Amino acid sequence: MPDDPMPDDPMPDDDATLDEVPAPSDEVAAAVLARFPGSVFHDSHGQPVMYVDRASWHDVAAFLRDDQRFTQCMDVTVVDHSHDATRLQVAGVGPERFEVVANFLSHPRNRRIRVISEVPESDTTVASITDLYPGMNFAEREAYDLMGVTFEGHPDLTRILLPDDWEGHPLRKDDFPARVPVTFKEDPGPR
Amino acid sequence: MSEEIITSDPAANRLEAQTDEGRQVLRPGKHELVLTGGLWPDESETTIINMGPQHPSTHGVLRVMLELDGETVLRVKPVIGYLHTGMEKTAEELTYVQGATNVTRMDYVSPLSNELVWSTAVERLLDVEVPTRAVWIRMLLVELNRIASHLLFQATNGMDIGALSMMIYGWREREQVLRLLEMFTGLRMNNNFIRPGGVAADLPDGWEAATLEVCELVERGVREYSELLTQNPIWMERLIGVGVITTEQALALSITGPILRSTGFPWDLRKAQPYLAYDEVDFDIVYTQNGDCYDRFLIRLNEIHESVKIVRQCVERMPLGDYRVQDAKITPPPRARIDESMEALIHHFKLFTEGFKVPAGETYCAVESPRGEIGCYLVSDGTGKPARMHIRGPSFYNLQSAGPMAEGSLIADTVAIISSVDPILGEVDR
Repeated sequence: MPDDPMPDDPMPDDDATLDEVPAPSDEVAAAVLARFPGSVFHDSHGQPVMYVDRASWHDVAAFLRDDQRFTQCMDVTVVDHSHDATRLQVAGVGPERFEVVANFLSHPRNRRIRVISEVPESDTTVASITDLYPGMNFAEREAYDLMGVTFEGHPDLTRILLPDDWEGHPLRKDDFPARVPVTFKEDPGPR
Repeated sequence: MSEEIITSDPAANRLEAQTDEGRQVLRPGKHELVLTGGLWPDESETTIINMGPQHPSTHGVLRVMLELDGETVLRVKPVIGYLHTGMEKTAEELTYVQGATNVTRMDYVSPLSNELVWSTAVERLLDVEVPTRAVWIRMLLVELNRIASHLLFQATNGMDIGALSMMIYGWREREQVLRLLEMFTGLRMNNNFIRPGGVAADLPDGWEAATLEVCELVERGVREYSELLTQNPIWMERLIGVGVITTEQALALSITGPILRSTGFPWDLRKAQPYLAYDEVDFDIVYTQNGDCYDRFLIRLNEIHESVKIVRQCVERMPLGDYRVQDAKITPPPRARIDESMEALIHHFKLFTEGFKVPAGETYCAVESPRGEIGCYLVSDGTGKPARMHIRGPSFYNLQSAGPMAEGSLIADTVAIISSVDPILGEVDR
């Protein structure tokens, strides 16, 4: 038998697949990628998604609005991934506990793009995009209220759905808003 | 506020004074708009009053803080959350099968739109294609629901503005549509009929005749409203030029639906990004140019006609076939099988206790509800329950338009303006 390269063979292949960055099939995603080199494109069930660095969150929104004619931001929301059984793995994205998600819509180009940024538990701040898209005022307040992510530069970052004196952020997976101490008549105590 | 703003000519300082309370400059380029309108008042002369949350014209439990100078509204701040029941948190505790029961209670005036957007999102994550008949049934139901919702708007809008007979008329026709929906789905509201994989049941016998009969009733009703209101001088005096919003403001504030269309921007997801079978039916987008309360009334009135048009086409062209996908992973076995097959019984039991598992992923689906774009952002972690479910409620965003619409107007107009936004607080607060 000649020299068997079997043990080495899978390695280059694996490396190749790991290094291979899928070229964005979406023109907006390609433009964002060219402008913000660290970002990652992901095709999520046919929808273009860009994973961008948290520091460039505001710049990406400004780029989308000013250069790419994304006329409306539909939605800003936050996801807590701390208790996920299995989490969607996107190559090149370092997963953190929180993800802040924004959906943009361009009326003149009739297309959408979703921008996601990873937010670590230790520093839950993101730049506010209310100066670009004033309609996100309520959305960012809601995200702050329910998830405890702070949007820096928001004109009025207060609780919106919950009372002002509420403690905690109920959509976090480790917050239990529904837990109300109930005392039964003959409480057997903890078992 | 600093003194020079109060003492100097207020008009000259208008922009500066307004941007002072936060960066509210909109849209790039040529013209900058400022959202908090009105001149900055001398604080001693203004009054802040609360309208709501128990005010009859606030559509439930909306509270609006008004800063007034005499009878002129200077600032409007909607205060919401009185109906917050944590439905997004609840969704994380329910299986995908049960999820529809949850979302249907958000926008309780057009529950089927909520169910539709939820089911579409789940199906996108599952990569499931819904049978054609299910698609058309969904379209029929959603359009009937749009008619019911706009009829309710006609009723409450009339009531808010003082045309009290309109309330009776609007509810009368709406009840006919709800009876039809009850015949189809078993419930007047909160139908829980559109489910991941299709719809809950096939259409009942005689549905065509019943639907056409309701279509005629609705059309006759809408003609009556039109005769009563459209050219009514009191009605026109009360609404024309009240609560004007421009396209730029509407776009910047993420406003969708009839409010955006009233500013001369013909954007409707049913046309722009067709879902279901909207690209196969014939209907028009209704839009107007003035962006005032009268236009919003007119749009909703005429959208009823367009929806009736779609409903009639659904009756004519309803395809045959399955009403739900024949994928045993998602769809429960037929009722008859449960009696004779142990496996079918187990399958049925498992599906309704544990539900089906959805592969890890995330998606955003949007449909045109009667109020605008309703979106569902769904994150799955591979289990039988969603890791995160977020609903983009159109009313939630549309409510922000009350500010630019009402500022500078009179208190009495504020009632008309809030009414023309048509917010459903169940969806705002979720």
